[in-house]
Amino acid sequence: MALPIHATLTERIWHYCFLTICALIFAFLIFPILIILPLSFNAQPFFSFTSEMLHLQPDAFTTKWYEEFLTSRNWQGAVKNSFIIAFFSTIISTFLGTLAALGLSRPDFPFKTTIMGLLISPMVVPLIISAAGMFFFYSRVGLQGTHIGVILAHAALATPFVVITVTATLTGFDHSLTRAAASLGSSPTHTFFHVTVPLIIPGVISGGLFAFITSFDEVVVVLFVGSYNQRTIPWQMFSGIREQISPTIMAVATILIMISVALLVFLELMRRRTERLRGITPH
Amino acid sequence: MANAEAEVITTADGVPLKESLKKALWQRKKTALLLVAPLFLFVLITFLIPIFDMLIRSVDNSIAGEQFPGVVVEIRNWDLDSTELPNEATFQALVDDFKVGAKEKTISRLGRRLNYEQSGMSGLFRKTARKIKKLEVTESPMAAMIAIDKKWGNIDTWRLIKRESGKYSSSYYLAAFDAEKNSDGSFSMKSEDRRVYVSLFWRTIRLSFTITFLTIILGYPIAYLLSTVKTKTSNMLIILVLLPFWTSLLVRTSSWIALLQKEGVINDILVGIGLIGDDNRLAMIHNETGTIIAMTHILLPFMVLPLFSVMKTIPPSWVRAARSMGATPFTAFVRVYLPNTVAGIGAGGILVFILAIGYYITPALVGGTKGTLISNFIAYHISTSLNWGLAAALGTILLLLVLALYILYDKVVGINNMKLG
Repeated sequence: MALPIHATLTERIWHYCFLTICALIFAFLIFPILIILPLSFNAQPFFSFTSEMLHLQPDAFTTKWYEEFLTSRNWQGAVKNSFIIAFFSTIISTFLGTLAALGLSRPDFPFKTTIMGLLISPMVVPLIISAAGMFFFYSRVGLQGTHIGVILAHAALATPFVVITVTATLTGFDHSLTRAAASLGSSPTHTFFHVTVPLIIPGVISGGLFAFITSFDEVVVVLFVGSYNQRTIPWQMFSGIREQISPTIMAVATILIMISVALLVFLELMRRRTERLRGITPH
Repeated sequence: MANAEAEVITTADGVPLKESLKKALWQRKKTALLLVAPLFLFVLITFLIPIFDMLIRSVDNSIAGEQFPGVVVEIRNWDLDSTELPNEATFQALVDDFKVGAKEKTISRLGRRLNYEQSGMSGLFRKTARKIKKLEVTESPMAAMIAIDKKWGNIDTWRLIKRESGKYSSSYYLAAFDAEKNSDGSFSMKSEDRRVYVSLFWRTIRLSFTITFLTIILGYPIAYLLSTVKTKTSNMLIILVLLPFWTSLLVRTSSWIALLQKEGVINDILVGIGLIGDDNRLAMIHNETGTIIAMTHILLPFMVLPLFSVMKTIPPSWVRAARSMGATPFTAFVRVYLPNTVAGIGAGGILVFILAIGYYITPALVGGTKGTLISNFIAYHISTSLNWGLAAALGTILLLLVLALYILYDKVVGINNMKLG
């Protein structure tokens, strides 16, 4: 991207204009996320900076919104529900999704495109439609307003991510390795656990992470399929923003940003590990 | 080697090789299918059947047969063009059905259902259900019912019942397109002031287009930058794209509320530097502007990532070659670089459009009344107005729209090439 020595003046001006434009767009992307952090320490119950905050007076800042988050029954219930629902839906979707990906990536799988299309349809259909359909059907069979209902719904929404990530890992999979194991006398089960699993485990873990995030971050379906007793963190945030805006939401948002930063770092490390194992070093 | 038996090659067990191979292949196919079967069943039960259930619900009218079992049979003999009321037998069936329905307290549901078609029906059903218990039919059920409410003597009431007596009804779709059935069975558009949904669909499509266009305008430069800098730098810069991508949607929406509201950060800055007065702060939220800004921010990573992956594959030597042969930077860009990125623009554009057209949360929180989309009305009919049939019909139309776009996406990119993060 560096300018060549022979660049003309117009080219130079254009180049710096372009860099400025890019900087502004990056600012647009990141500024709304950074702004949350200081606002979550606002001593006043507003969603805005007070003049005391701008003058950095210590009494303009407070950690009481974090305390409220940690002590309020509403939020604690939401945290508990979020983890329970995300945990079980991740288990279900990772297990079923990995099995299906193993089947789908076999070379002689019949009707592959159609079945793949149906399996990833929960990712394609707009959430409001999934939510509407699930609400109608789950209330008919008595699953609406139950933890099981929300877990099943989230598992259904998350499976496409597992299928896609694990299938992607398996496309680089060398099938002669399993044949080699078989020729050396290993049973299919033994081969699976000692040859296939170690090779696809990064894909399974990132698929599971995607599944976890999908459930943890999902709000539309839980609003319809769940009720107050199944409230998750996003559910509580949504109703909080609608009813009374309190900086507690900003405190929760800050914690969620921290979680996504941690996830981002983790995924990056996973990616580097895979590349290293495959002998591709990042430049 | 020339004898007849040797021509059929067999395995060690004496089975012909061809059959043995077929069997082995079938075995492998079966294993593959068995691996996929659990997930397929799971998605079928938890997702596909509910969606199908919604499609059925959008045309379902079984409530008429449930609440009016006698009336729907008798009214078959009555003609929609008839200028006379139905016969006494129909009225007798009406009395009987009402007596059962009033006792079980379910008849008002049908009243509510018919009220969607013609206001006043809900009241008529409630009133009749109250009075029917004391009704003793002497000789003319017709006269007795008209005595309860004159509307039972109105031919339009009966035309409505006749029209909505089938097992299936198109009336939810008509409502979703702002049309209605006239009493003679023909269709017409609703009066100007009662039209809601056609303009809502257009608004949804218009806003989705605007948002898609903005994400292309904003996404293109940074994707270009990311693809031309050193890998080390681009790995750092892409975090600025991935962090919003991984951050909860509600976090980003609430931060836009903090930024855009009347007492919010942007208005404070503008007032602070004296660009606008304190009394005419900009209204940037709870309207279309709010929806557009917040959704552009939320969907921008979905544009940058596919564009970036396409731009990475374009060798910089192509543009250099064009320049060396005398093309101006502008010509080289428009004639060489841009055409090579069209696939990325198409992929990102359709993806953003599909996501935007079905968005619910952000418009619900920052859209006010002017910036809401079709999905907000689906939610409204599910949880507030309880007109589930209309919600299902609107949902089905939206679903068809998205599926059409999805097929287009498949043609441009191919679903098997879908990548994440």
